[in-house]
Amino acid sequence: MALLEVSGVTVAFGGNRALDDVGMSAEQGRITGLIGPNGAGKSTLFDVVSGLRRPSSGRVRLGGREVTRLGPARRSRHGLARTFQRLELFGRLSVRDNLLVAAELGPERRQAEHCVARIIDQLGLAEVADSPADTLPTGVGRLVEVGRALAVRPTLLLLDEPAAGQDGEETERFATLLRSLADDGMAVVLVEHDMGLVMSVCDEVHVLDLGKVIAVGPPEVIRNDETVLAAYLGDA
Amino acid sequence: MEQLLTFGIVGLSTAAIYAVIGSGLVLTYVTTGVFNFAHGAAGMLAAFCYWQLTVGWGWPVPVGLAVVLLVLAPGFGLAVERVLMRPVQHLGEAERLVMTVALLSGAIAVARWIWDPNVARPLTVFFADREPFHIGPVTVTWHQALTMAVAVAVAAGLWFLLNRTRTGAEMRATVDDRGLVQLTGADPLRAGRVAWMLSTQLAALGGILIAPTVALDASQLSLLIVSAYTAAVFGWLRSLPLTFIGAVVVGCLESYLTGYLPQNEYLPGLRLAAPALLLFIALLVFRHRRLRGRDRRLVRVPVPSLRGTAVFAASTVAFGLVLATVLSDADLVTYGPLFSLGIIALSYVPLAGYAGQISLCQLSIAGIGAVVWGHLGAQGQLWALGAAVLVSAAVGALIAVPALRFSGVYLALGTAAFAVVLDRWIFTLPSFEVFGVRIALFDQGSVEVSGPNLFGLRLDGTAELLVFASVWLALASLGVAVLRRGRFGRRLIALRDSEAAYATLGGNLLVAKVAVFALSAGIAGLGGALYGMQHRTVTAEQFNLVAGLPIFLVAVIGGLGAVGNGLFAGTAFVGPHVLTGLVSWGHNLVSVMPALAGMGLAHSPEGIVSRFRREWEPLGRDRIALPALLVGLALGWGLRLGDVINGWTFLVWAYVLGEGLRRYAAARQTADPAEPEIPVEWWGLRRPWRADDREVLARGIAGG
Ligand SMILES: Nc1ncnc2c1ncn2[C@@H]1O[C@H](COP(=O)(O)OP(=O)(O)OP(=O)(O)O)[C@@H](O)[C@H]1O
Ligand SMILES: [Mg+2]
Repeated sequence: MALLEVSGVTVAFGGNRALDDVGMSAEQGRITGLIGPNGAGKSTLFDVVSGLRRPSSGRVRLGGREVTRLGPARRSRHGLARTFQRLELFGRLSVRDNLLVAAELGPERRQAEHCVARIIDQLGLAEVADSPADTLPTGVGRLVEVGRALAVRPTLLLLDEPAAGQDGEETERFATLLRSLADDGMAVVLVEHDMGLVMSVCDEVHVLDLGKVIAVGPPEVIRNDETVLAAYLGDA
Repeated sequence: MEQLLTFGIVGLSTAAIYAVIGSGLVLTYVTTGVFNFAHGAAGMLAAFCYWQLTVGWGWPVPVGLAVVLLVLAPGFGLAVERVLMRPVQHLGEAERLVMTVALLSGAIAVARWIWDPNVARPLTVFFADREPFHIGPVTVTWHQALTMAVAVAVAAGLWFLLNRTRTGAEMRATVDDRGLVQLTGADPLRAGRVAWMLSTQLAALGGILIAPTVALDASQLSLLIVSAYTAAVFGWLRSLPLTFIGAVVVGCLESYLTGYLPQNEYLPGLRLAAPALLLFIALLVFRHRRLRGRDRRLVRVPVPSLRGTAVFAASTVAFGLVLATVLSDADLVTYGPLFSLGIIALSYVPLAGYAGQISLCQLSIAGIGAVVWGHLGAQGQLWALGAAVLVSAAVGALIAVPALRFSGVYLALGTAAFAVVLDRWIFTLPSFEVFGVRIALFDQGSVEVSGPNLFGLRLDGTAELLVFASVWLALASLGVAVLRRGRFGRRLIALRDSEAAYATLGGNLLVAKVAVFALSAGIAGLGGALYGMQHRTVTAEQFNLVAGLPIFLVAVIGGLGAVGNGLFAGTAFVGPHVLTGLVSWGHNLVSVMPALAGMGLAHSPEGIVSRFRREWEPLGRDRIALPALLVGLALGWGLRLGDVINGWTFLVWAYVLGEGLRRYAAARQTADPAEPEIPVEWWGLRRPWRADDREVLARGIAGG
């Protein structure tokens, strides 16, 4: 059974449908890619899943439980964590404190310091651990967002363009990290414009265009899908 | 029926004035994104000027009107735009808010300075000599008719301006995106200037029309604006037609309450408070969206070290001891409230500094603390101090629940409305019973406040109470420092920096906000109780909205994120009273000062306290200067206690010595540029991590 199930989600901003009857799912131990041209509705879908935006119709289920009516905090207790494309760091706190706030809210609150130290180490954030988050370059900030999400020990992790601004070597390291998270049993949903990364780490890819799911399948199929190519070319 | 119509006419003519004032408010908000707290104060100043010209100097009414409306008002608006608002236009909402609050506070202080509040200044209504006319059964005075006609003319004029002229189009477009507007060749600066001039004229017009029907009083007139604010909130601060409808609702409500509210001792205040109550409700009911994107400019909140804070707390108590022993009795009365006011100002640090919630009712809550102590602690029982803190905290929690729906300027507005409801209604009530509990406030007059009883030792003298308050300020500062270093402090800062992230991590916004409101209200209540002890009797006026504004401003000047702010704000608040003795207008100057300083310092939200800390830090670490300072101070204090020198000589000596040694220490430090060797394990902590550090470390390890 899928850990995350979204069905029939519709969101409209004024007359413009950002999401139109969208369904998707994500499973434990797998990395699900969510791609699509700019404005396709990817971030909006994340807002719906994480409870920051109410859809006008549709349902969200987490671990088999209906969460459509729950607020973001309650959903996080069901194992959900996310990062933000437009960074939402706690700017005045140090990187360490950013992670600490999360860890203290999560299931590991008793060993919060320990948990934070481990993540800082895992993500290679030691150098900036004591800098205020709003002084960081965006690329590092994205990594801190990932670390902060990990600090609540999620079972489902939503990543909104976490690798934007990373160079080749950093992206490779990031891919390894994602694989190891999935291998530990986490369900990861990855929104990313770096096709190389998406195609190399994802087990399955969903393609959104203009608020509709236009294709679902393993990376090697998606890579050659005509509608997907058309959507991206139309965008360019 | 006739009565109904008559009150309707009264209501509509009041509504007309609120509509005129409210539309000015909407105009500046839509064009520049500034919610002008001082809008009513501009109308108040205009009314006073109008009185001065036509009554004071006997000019003909048309000339007086023309000078005020066509020269003074637009000139004032232009000056405000150029001198005060433009420099903070690009800064955050908070800085702009501080600016207009400073303007409000300053305008009231200046008006009281120029026009002695103890002199009555009657203004006659327009066309007073003409007989009222009748429409069917109702009587309409010419003043009422004129007022309504003016409102209609203003509505038509504004509609034409906004929809039919290029300037109007620019004004409507400007706020959403200044950059984008500039691309189209429009001029946001010009639009802003026009908006400020025009809105000040509208405020002036409203002020002059309403002044004859109410007393010409600086703070009353400035706060009449509450009704106009309510009208504007009906229009989400952006729609003029809805603002006019809102004005009609507010005007008629007030008028009918006057006519039909049953007469008893509990309700007259309700009528006065009705606009503020309605404002509070309107804020709750009308969902408002933020005008601009998130505020990304955040003021630093330094992490105080425990050792540093302990030293600071000890110095606070030492300062209290010194003041208590060197000041004369008369001076103690003047400067005594230093520490208690400091505690009230400190209550802003967790609330506004950490959690980013701007409240304008902290002094009102302090008032609650004072009366609770006054009533329950009449024998000085210490538990009553705890009760004062708890009751204040409960009131704070109560405000927090509706406040969850407000943010930024709306929260400031909501808390100001709350303060006005307290001032005009709750604080004026005689004692009453709720569920069998007798609740007494200011007993419609003043409340005696006695000193505490410390395990048999009764503190009653001003000097003892001063030391007592200094101990509490030291404890409260320590407490806030511990808070900042701990989990709750981190959460408050996190919540302010990103509510979305805090919530998606599982944080509960309601709990955190209620907790911080309660905590800071508790601190304010403690300060209020101590403040009351110092004064021995308290009245409601000491705790009203207008009295609270300067405290807010001084706290902002000190820096809302700094734990040392309590001592700074208290000192900065009472310190200038030195001037009172020097010149006859000294106390007027003193009351204008927080506003002036607020205007001057709104640009540097880091505040003065962090600068002080930077400047004095070298002295604290200097092995020669610090002991010298302590010895010098002890010597001076000894001389003072032995009556060899007087208190002022001692304070001057302390200042000169401190400043001199500070400079000496600073000079010694810069003269010694050799960077101290920092052990490897502290790299990146005690000094910034450098690009080549990793290389150096690697080589060091490799080299064994
Ligand atoms: N708050 C909002 N108000 C109005 N429209 C919005 C809002 N947020 C998003 N939209 C619109 O919804 C659509 C989907 O936006 P969304 O941010 O979800 O796209 P995206 O796939 O994440 O794009 P990108 O790759 O650029 O991040 C876009 O057309 C966008 O303009
Ligand atoms: Mg996006």
